[in-house]
Amino acid sequence: MTTLSLAARPLPTRRAEEWRYSDLDALAAIWPTPAPTHIDVAAGETAHHHLLQDAGEGAAAVHDYVISIADGARLDFHLLNIGGKFGRVAFTVTLGRGAHFELNGAIIGSGEQTLEIITSVTHAEPDATSGQTIRSILGQRATGSYLGSINVARDAQRTDAFQSVKAMLLDRTATANVKPELEIYADDVKCAHGATVGELDKQALFYMASRGMDPATAKTLLLKAFVAGVFDDVVDEAVKDRLESAALAKLERLV
Amino acid sequence: MMLTIENLTNEIDGKAILKGLSLSIKAGEIHAIMGPNGAGKSTLAYTLGGRPGYQVTGGNASFNGVNLFSLEPHERAAAGLFLGFQYPVEIPGVSNLQFLRESLNSQRKACGQEPLSGGEFIKLAKEKAALLGLDMEMLKRPVNVGFSGGEKKRAEMVQMGILDPKLAILDETDSGLDIDALKIVGAGINAIMRKPDKAVLLITHYQRLLDYVKPDFVHVLAAGRIVKSGGPELALELEREGYAEVVAA
Repeated sequence: MTTLSLAARPLPTRRAEEWRYSDLDALAAIWPTPAPTHIDVAAGETAHHHLLQDAGEGAAAVHDYVISIADGARLDFHLLNIGGKFGRVAFTVTLGRGAHFELNGAIIGSGEQTLEIITSVTHAEPDATSGQTIRSILGQRATGSYLGSINVARDAQRTDAFQSVKAMLLDRTATANVKPELEIYADDVKCAHGATVGELDKQALFYMASRGMDPATAKTLLLKAFVAGVFDDVVDEAVKDRLESAALAKLERLV
Repeated sequence: MMLTIENLTNEIDGKAILKGLSLSIKAGEIHAIMGPNGAGKSTLAYTLGGRPGYQVTGGNASFNGVNLFSLEPHERAAAGLFLGFQYPVEIPGVSNLQFLRESLNSQRKACGQEPLSGGEFIKLAKEKAALLGLDMEMLKRPVNVGFSGGEKKRAEMVQMGILDPKLAILDETDSGLDIDALKIVGAGINAIMRKPDKAVLLITHYQRLLDYVKPDFVHVLAAGRIVKSGGPELALELEREGYAEVVAA
């Protein structure tokens, strides 16, 4: 009998849905990826976490989170995914009774970057709520993907979950993949998801130009407005500053 | 001469709209362009403003000696051109104050001036908002989002007051205004633009705005050309006789 060790995990292929849009060459260079980070929020507690994924140019970075939120507990996670040739952040979340998970994330990609956010949120018990708000801005030949599944167990009545995903393409060569997925076994459930892929509003750009704004300033202002809100409720001001200035710096390089 | 337009022709999606339009405006003058629907009034405004898709196919326009069509839209604004929109654009997530401060400082930068500080800018914005009777709170809200038709037009005039252009081309600024708002907007245009070194081109369907902003010259635009020019009495004649009568004469 042989045991497959963790180190011998086979490299994923595109046939696996959750790796379908990934940069597998970049992944191969760092395979096997680090073990997942576990976050356990105890019953009744409230926790705040964030990740600024700003790996260096050409690097690959994969972050896996396995999260358990116990009864009546709450986790707020803020994510900015902007670095590396391949940057992937994956969440596997299990919610207890009356628990809440909130993910606010932004992807800003340029060059040949492949950036992705993968979520699997399981409402295992009744009365849990979850919200995911993702904004992606993609320019040049970048690819940004959001694959998110919400799984509602048979007993998880009164589940309330939403996914709001919007992507903005700055160039015709950029790609956005958005795939919300629901798997529901309970019958008293509210699950809402909305996904849009758009471009900068040309009318707004002309209006701004007609007032004297140069094109780079106008674009930056519209893009800031597009991602505004993602980091609004970061409690720690220093963290908020760091996320917002990293996002702005990346935007300014992009326009 | 502040603005000289000579034999201007243009097209949108391959369709000719302006067909040899000529017009000259001196500093200190207010001109009104009137005309029936589809004559090309808004097209003239957008073409001078440089809206993408409004292709100049012939003729030229000189603004204070500079070839207007050699400038990008934001450069035209920095050179002193202001375009008042018939339908002001909504920009969710960008406040009026942010929008105007960035616009003004972009213009100042293009002219080699230092940017205005936050305090200086707020003082200027307050003064111009008061002139148009617009609550400062409105300027903290996103650009035109949730504004009524009248509020949008007042906000446009506040923008004009802050940006302080040399030439304002106002495209149906009177549409959507009730009588009280019309008076306020009219008084605002006079206060901001009725000066020896400034000029206004008013584009309108109706005589009523001209009761508040007295034009020095009135032109009739029909089928892409100026077909008749005269003094303020021409507007009254149009109101009385209708366009068909005057255009045919």
